[in-house]
Amino acid sequence: MMVKKKGLLAAGAVAVVATLALAGCASGGSDAPAGDKPSASSAGTLTVWVDAERVDALKGAAASYTEKTGVEVKLVSKDNNTIKDDFIQQVPTGKGPDITMGAHDWAGELSTNGVVAPLELGDSAANYLPIAIDAATYEGSVYLLPYAVENIAVLRNADLIPEPAANFDDMIAKGKAAGLEQPFVVEQGAEGNPYHLYPFQTGFGAPVFGTNDKGYDATDLQIGSAGGEQFATWLGAQGKNGTGVFNTDIDGEIAKQAFLDGKAAFWLTGPWNVGAAIDGGINVAIDTVPSPTGEVASPFAGVKGFYLSAESKNKVAANDFLVNYIGTEEVQLELFKAGNVLPALKAAAETASADPIIAGFAAVGAQAVPMPAIPAMGAVWQYWGIAEADVINGADPVATWQKLAADVQAAINK
Amino acid sequence: MTNNVSADVDEPTPEKPSKRQRQAGHIADAASVGIKVLLVKIIALGVLDALALTAIFILLAQREWLVIGVVVVATGLINWIYLGKRKLPAKYLTPGVIFLLIFQVFVLGYTAYIGFTNYGTGHNGTKEQAVSALMSSALERVEDSPTYAVTVLEQGDTLNLLVTEPNGEVMVGNAETPLHPVDNAQMDGGKAVGLDGYTALTFQEILAQSDAITALSVPASEDPNDGALRTPDGTSGYLYVSNLEYDEAAGTMTDTATGTVYTDNGSGAFTADDGQQLLPGWQVVVGADNFVRALTDESIRGPLVYVTIWTFVFAIVSVATTFFLGLFLAIVFNDMRMRGRKFYRVLMILPYAFPSFLSALVWAGMMNESFGFINQVLLGGAAVPWLTDPTLAKVSILIVNLWLGFPYMFLVCTGALQSIPEELQEAATVDGAKPWAVFRLIKLPLLLVSLAPLLIASFAFNFNNFNLIYMLTNGGPRDSSAPIPVGHTDILISMVYKVAFTGQTRDYGLASAFTILIFIVVAIISIISFRKTKALEDLN
Repeated sequence: MMVKKKGLLAAGAVAVVATLALAGCASGGSDAPAGDKPSASSAGTLTVWVDAERVDALKGAAASYTEKTGVEVKLVSKDNNTIKDDFIQQVPTGKGPDITMGAHDWAGELSTNGVVAPLELGDSAANYLPIAIDAATYEGSVYLLPYAVENIAVLRNADLIPEPAANFDDMIAKGKAAGLEQPFVVEQGAEGNPYHLYPFQTGFGAPVFGTNDKGYDATDLQIGSAGGEQFATWLGAQGKNGTGVFNTDIDGEIAKQAFLDGKAAFWLTGPWNVGAAIDGGINVAIDTVPSPTGEVASPFAGVKGFYLSAESKNKVAANDFLVNYIGTEEVQLELFKAGNVLPALKAAAETASADPIIAGFAAVGAQAVPMPAIPAMGAVWQYWGIAEADVINGADPVATWQKLAADVQAAINK
Repeated sequence: MTNNVSADVDEPTPEKPSKRQRQAGHIADAASVGIKVLLVKIIALGVLDALALTAIFILLAQREWLVIGVVVVATGLINWIYLGKRKLPAKYLTPGVIFLLIFQVFVLGYTAYIGFTNYGTGHNGTKEQAVSALMSSALERVEDSPTYAVTVLEQGDTLNLLVTEPNGEVMVGNAETPLHPVDNAQMDGGKAVGLDGYTALTFQEILAQSDAITALSVPASEDPNDGALRTPDGTSGYLYVSNLEYDEAAGTMTDTATGTVYTDNGSGAFTADDGQQLLPGWQVVVGADNFVRALTDESIRGPLVYVTIWTFVFAIVSVATTFFLGLFLAIVFNDMRMRGRKFYRVLMILPYAFPSFLSALVWAGMMNESFGFINQVLLGGAAVPWLTDPTLAKVSILIVNLWLGFPYMFLVCTGALQSIPEELQEAATVDGAKPWAVFRLIKLPLLLVSLAPLLIASFAFNFNNFNLIYMLTNGGPRDSSAPIPVGHTDILISMVYKVAFTGQTRDYGLASAFTILIFIVVAIISIISFRKTKALEDLN
């Protein structure tokens, strides 16, 4: 009896301690990334959320900034998938970071939630690639200090097809001539993948939104234009009941495998897959997206960079760190080495373009358009892919496309 | 033990002093155990108090008075309970109650609270944060205005900006006094760095007054249309004009370009007369709005009906199929005549041993229409649209869930079967009952007494089986006729997830309202079922 009671008591005590420890951790944990209250004695701390792959690349810049100004820069490694939601939830509580890494198309959502502050790049704006500045600008203000520009391009197996294709039909013909059943693969899936199909859509002159002097104009929905319907018709002809070039059963993994196995010679994908192709022993060349029409096929450009928190207690240091440190060629090249994505700063981009792969993506990027950051884009994404998947699988192209435009318009008006 | 027994025997023994010694020994033993317990108790409580103290200091720095109060009261209560002599039941109950409060009551209460607010995209923080975010995003740099070199000067408590224009002219000004030229500034390489009667701030001092300096706005002239000079970093300044004017007393925002007045009308955002809102807004309690919307919103109501029906079908069929397959196999493997039972049993448990979301992903791959293992290898290239046909997708989900769920039922049925006495079956057989009758009239009712609560729990689990749906079909194939992104295999919880958390507009308030509605449904069903289960228990 005594022994049993003692054991229970001990267990109870352990449980209580664990509970309190948990409670302590909970408050301590959320406190840890905060640390942003400048104490009177020191110059304070900047907390920066960085995606896990790039923490090392920023360590040098952080250390040299601390050395120069006495401001401690605390880098917190975050999972790229949760960084945006965490930021939106934590900033209003005053416990978020001063700066977070992010993608440019978050700008609308972050600004609607009031968690980001505009940046002033001043004259240094001219030092960045124009597309990076375009993408970083939302509603007339720059919200993002860009460090990389990312877009998709066609990876070509140069051993199978030595010459780039002139246009879309030429690409398929070249592949067939080389004896390939499925010369071209692109990531789709049951719900479609409009990001990867967008270059072909722009080839028909059908952007999603029109533009005004402040950037994309949410009130000017262009997706349902005549060009959009032509694109849908063309897509239907390349789908299940047509040539079968597009197939919703091909997802990212299947497309990758087909290219690595040499069953496909052209693969429309992003720089994130180049490593796998090279490791797979493929002689990779980077081509522009072959247009289905005579027009240029422009992919979306995604720009990565740093946002400044609206609730940062140390805005001066944060601005200074971003504009005058992250915006230097040295740091941009460090970040480039960590991710192998084209730097956003002109000088760094030129240096990085010594690599033929990067130069290839940069050439395609010159034709790219920034992905819209306006929140209305959310209404587009949720219907866009599914409509494209339906068309690929044999639905009536024009009717499906009209319904898409109507659904999107209704969702935006709501 | 035998010694103790003999000691208790009331029989005169010649070793009286040794008995007393033994008694003394017992007391000492008991006392020493008590000391050990006391030690553990004191150490545990000490650790706990130390942790609480740390937490209090951390919270003190953040001025979280309410949480500090909770920690102090909780710690005090725990100390009082465990240091006291009596209160034995409390000592056993406290840890459980604390866990219950933290992980159940708090979460439920908070969810309920969110259900009554407009928390979501655009209504994310407090009104002050919304105002400051609006004001800062309303600033627009005056077109073609240059970058000015700036030095921050202090005079008493007033912050001033010393500005060197690109043409070399030097001006000074503060929040009240517009910029005016000065000629006696100290220069350093073409930039004015100081002025008599003022103290120039060092970078460290600028950092210490970060907020005040970024908020400092020095009018360029008496005319507000010329804009005001602001400095984001303390060394360069830019001319801005603001598109919004905030009147705190009236609670209005005025768009200076169009003249539209946005008023705070209690809906959590500045709203114009035509209903247009300025975002970001802020969080407010909106009463039952979310619940009304969950049940009446046209775009949700239509899909809600068939999603609810499918959720019930899915949960009921899943429980029924897994239970009967599990029971059948349990009976088969419970038969002594079966050879290699242990081997088969291990094999049966395997699906249960894999993480279910992983299995669901693997199944999703195997069921791919053109490249999946089932179509390619088992069916010789037949293109069966397992996951892309609305009906077949539902069947596939039930099949996969059967595969995932039957081992659990098999396990509990095996256990329950073995607890039924053999004599019952023998007696029934002697009375002339056939095996089916024995099973239906004797074994099944006895089994259900112990298994019914598990079946109810299993129903509740499958009712909210988000993992399986999300990983296997993600609710697809999409219902392209529905106005919201909902699919043919979406159950309530996955629909809520899509409505509330996908895309760029989150609506935590609506999601919480849905969660509470689902909770109520599951609770009602469970209560009714448990009532019925009591009737089964009366059989005994």
